[in-house]
Amino acid sequence: MDILLEILIYGSIHSITLALMALGFALVYGTSRVPNFAHGALYIVTGFIAWSFLKAMHLNYLLSIVLAIIITGVIGAMIYQFILIRVRGMAISEIIASYAIGLAILEGFRWGGFKGMTYTLPTFIQGSIFIAGVPVDLHRIVVLICGAALVGFLWLFTHFTRIGLALRGMAQDERAALMLGIDSDRMAVVAMVLGSMLAGLAAALLLPLGNIVVETGYNVLILAIAVCIVGGLGSWMGAVLAALLIGFTQILTEVYLGTHFKMVVALLAIIITLILRPSGLFGRQKELEERV
Amino acid sequence: MSATPILQVNQVTKSFGGIFALNEVSFDLHEGEILGIIGPNGSGKTTLVNCITGFIELTSGEVLFRGKVISGKPAHKIADMGITRTFQIMRPYYSLPAYKNLVIPLFAPRAKRTGGWRGGGKLGDRNTVSIDILEEMGFERESFVPYKMASNLPTGYLKRLELARCLALSPEIIICDEVFSGLSMSEIASMVPLMERLQMEGITLIMIEHRLRELFRVANRIMVLNFGEKLMEGTAEEVMADEKVKEAYFGSEEVEEVMEHA
Amino acid sequence: MTANPEQRRKERLDRGIKVRSDGIYALMSWRELCYLVLPRLVLIVGMLILPLVVPIYWQKVVSYVCIYALLTLSFDFLAHFVGLVSLGGAFFIGIGSYLAAILNTSFGLPPLLTIPAATILGAFICTLLLIPCLPLRGVYFAIVTLMYPLLLIRVIEALDIFGGTDGIVGVTSFTNHYFIIIMVLLFLFGLRRLVNQDLGLVLRAVKDNDQAVRASGMSITYYKTIAVFIGSAMGCLGGAYLAHIYMWAGLSSFALDFSILPIAATVIGGAGTLVGPVLGAFILVPLSEWLRDFGTLRIVIYAVILLLFIVIRSEGLMVYSQRKYHQFEKWIKV
Repeated sequence: MDILLEILIYGSIHSITLALMALGFALVYGTSRVPNFAHGALYIVTGFIAWSFLKAMHLNYLLSIVLAIIITGVIGAMIYQFILIRVRGMAISEIIASYAIGLAILEGFRWGGFKGMTYTLPTFIQGSIFIAGVPVDLHRIVVLICGAALVGFLWLFTHFTRIGLALRGMAQDERAALMLGIDSDRMAVVAMVLGSMLAGLAAALLLPLGNIVVETGYNVLILAIAVCIVGGLGSWMGAVLAALLIGFTQILTEVYLGTHFKMVVALLAIIITLILRPSGLFGRQKELEERV
Repeated sequence: MSATPILQVNQVTKSFGGIFALNEVSFDLHEGEILGIIGPNGSGKTTLVNCITGFIELTSGEVLFRGKVISGKPAHKIADMGITRTFQIMRPYYSLPAYKNLVIPLFAPRAKRTGGWRGGGKLGDRNTVSIDILEEMGFERESFVPYKMASNLPTGYLKRLELARCLALSPEIIICDEVFSGLSMSEIASMVPLMERLQMEGITLIMIEHRLRELFRVANRIMVLNFGEKLMEGTAEEVMADEKVKEAYFGSEEVEEVMEHA
Repeated sequence: MTANPEQRRKERLDRGIKVRSDGIYALMSWRELCYLVLPRLVLIVGMLILPLVVPIYWQKVVSYVCIYALLTLSFDFLAHFVGLVSLGGAFFIGIGSYLAAILNTSFGLPPLLTIPAATILGAFICTLLLIPCLPLRGVYFAIVTLMYPLLLIRVIEALDIFGGTDGIVGVTSFTNHYFIIIMVLLFLFGLRRLVNQDLGLVLRAVKDNDQAVRASGMSITYYKTIAVFIGSAMGCLGGAYLAHIYMWAGLSSFALDFSILPIAATVIGGAGTLVGPVLGAFILVPLSEWLRDFGTLRIVIYAVILLLFIVIRSEGLMVYSQRKYHQFEKWIKV
């Protein structure tokens, strides 16, 4: 009984974690059909900037986080405005450019020697509580609540605000959106900014649980992509559902088979999805012109 | 003409999220004939072609080729059986010269199996045979036209290239999706004998057209679609005399006016 | 009327050849033959004498260059002739390396057997792992190839299989520069031939317009599979050879270098020409050796160069050179 509760709690937390990581990527891809391979890089960037503000410049923690997220958003906008916009429409070049940016940032950090125990962010709330006999960090509970709130907020945002609806419009059919007066370049920038900020937000919530390490950037990218593929590239609800699916599966394998199977689960999830149901859980099947 | 129709379309329905592009369309295609399909814009003609040739999945209904069910098979398998089509939005291989465009269909399993049009399915012959096929289609052999990049060809030649692409597969059926559109009167005048020649070679044709006068010159039978439903089929005269067809094209209020001035 | 003084104008060297029929060459003299053959001759001879003229420390680099050349050829072929962008050259190298190492250490096969075996077997495995994403849009191929090397590193590390973090040691040494040079030349000229022959045309058609290929009765997935097999075979060959140079296969066989350098080399060298990317590799790999002390800054540099070239839409060195070569002029009497 204990195990079940443990699985339930940690499964939920882990799922929300995955959803947080994946939302930024899903947003950018859904709106502008450009895979943002710099997603993991932006995640780490927020971490390091927040750390610099906090530890090196001794700013207030909350302020550091907010500033870091904003700066990350700006960086995302610059990436789109200076590089991606010039290769818009040329699929091969878009993919290569996005990949190159991601690698440049991540490997740049690695070269800069940002390693070691000094690079950590403090948790929001110290300590842990017991939920029906299962110990849970308070910070993780914060992650759970904030994450769920964020998912809900995003749903409201994309269904009820003008910008959110415009983004959804673009995700469904770019040409139709253009005809309705939605500027696709501006929306792509908006999507990039929001996606980067979501990556930053995820970083702010999740990095305190460990060190800020370059490898995490790659892990986040892999997990975000895995979640998006399983959920269907471009579908935000699909991403959330996929996060739940993969999250719980990972926790289950962790409990019953050992911690080192997490990545195997991700790998298998992708392969199985591509074989069985390539469009993912909620991917939109576009007839004739695009397969999946 | 043999007893079984070469193609049977039975109650084919296609809905896109609740909107019926095709609603229980049924017709038979007899071997060796030219069937024209007409109808106002948005009546589902291209969707019908896509459904028959497997580019789109049917919501319900079935398509039979020589008595065997083909609906649900992938597009390349259906093409392999001998049902070829042209595309309304032309799709040549822009980065290749015109005659190289034909090497690809000549490389297809069907061309290898059936020996290819004019025996062109064998290694090493394909370049020569492509030029032969293009010549049949009206590309002057001695000129530079077959060697031009497909991106540089004018529309008339591109339409012929599309047909040539179908021909290279030794097809049994060619479904022509608006081959006459975008052509000048003289270009169409030179295409009409081409279609008749194809019929003489034993190929069954379905022609989807907007240019009614030219179509009526070649087609044996006409079928009319409107809003995804089959209105009627018959000879050209029967179709043009039908009230419902006139209403579909002109709208009911206009019919009176047009009839007055016709 | 006074006699005009002798006038001269410029005439293109290849005028005779080009004028006769656009795109189809007809030779009329030894000079024209030389004009066509010279660049190719320079390339072949240059590569063959490389191990003889290069100082000792840089001998190894010749082999590295050739391995990267194979990868770059593979990337250019897949990306610009079939439309599949492979962001994971490391995937092919890693699988090739590990397979060669396993065949050598666990099965005792000599290098002359492990290399071909690892190439073919590796190509099979890579193609099999990539087949699920081939019927889908091109983006999926990019994503999956990006992820496989990263994931495989983590899986090998986590499950501690195939030597785990230490890798597989004790692989027989085999360093024969001529072997790999000849492989590169074979594949280079072979691919150039292939893309103009029937199969290659079908692959290029798949990139151009796959619906038309489907309408011609050919299964796109099948042809993409063939292309991926060829591409991964090249990468696995490089990887297998690499295992024998290093005498070791480990996690760094999946290093990001192998993924990004071919892309940068292709963009610099001229995408779509097959020769250009090889030249690009010849430029970047020695650069990479020279910058070895700078650690992962190398990757940043490749990425930045890559971005620069893409953003300014440079056509690449080879394309530029070809254009200029065709435009050489000489003075003739009018």
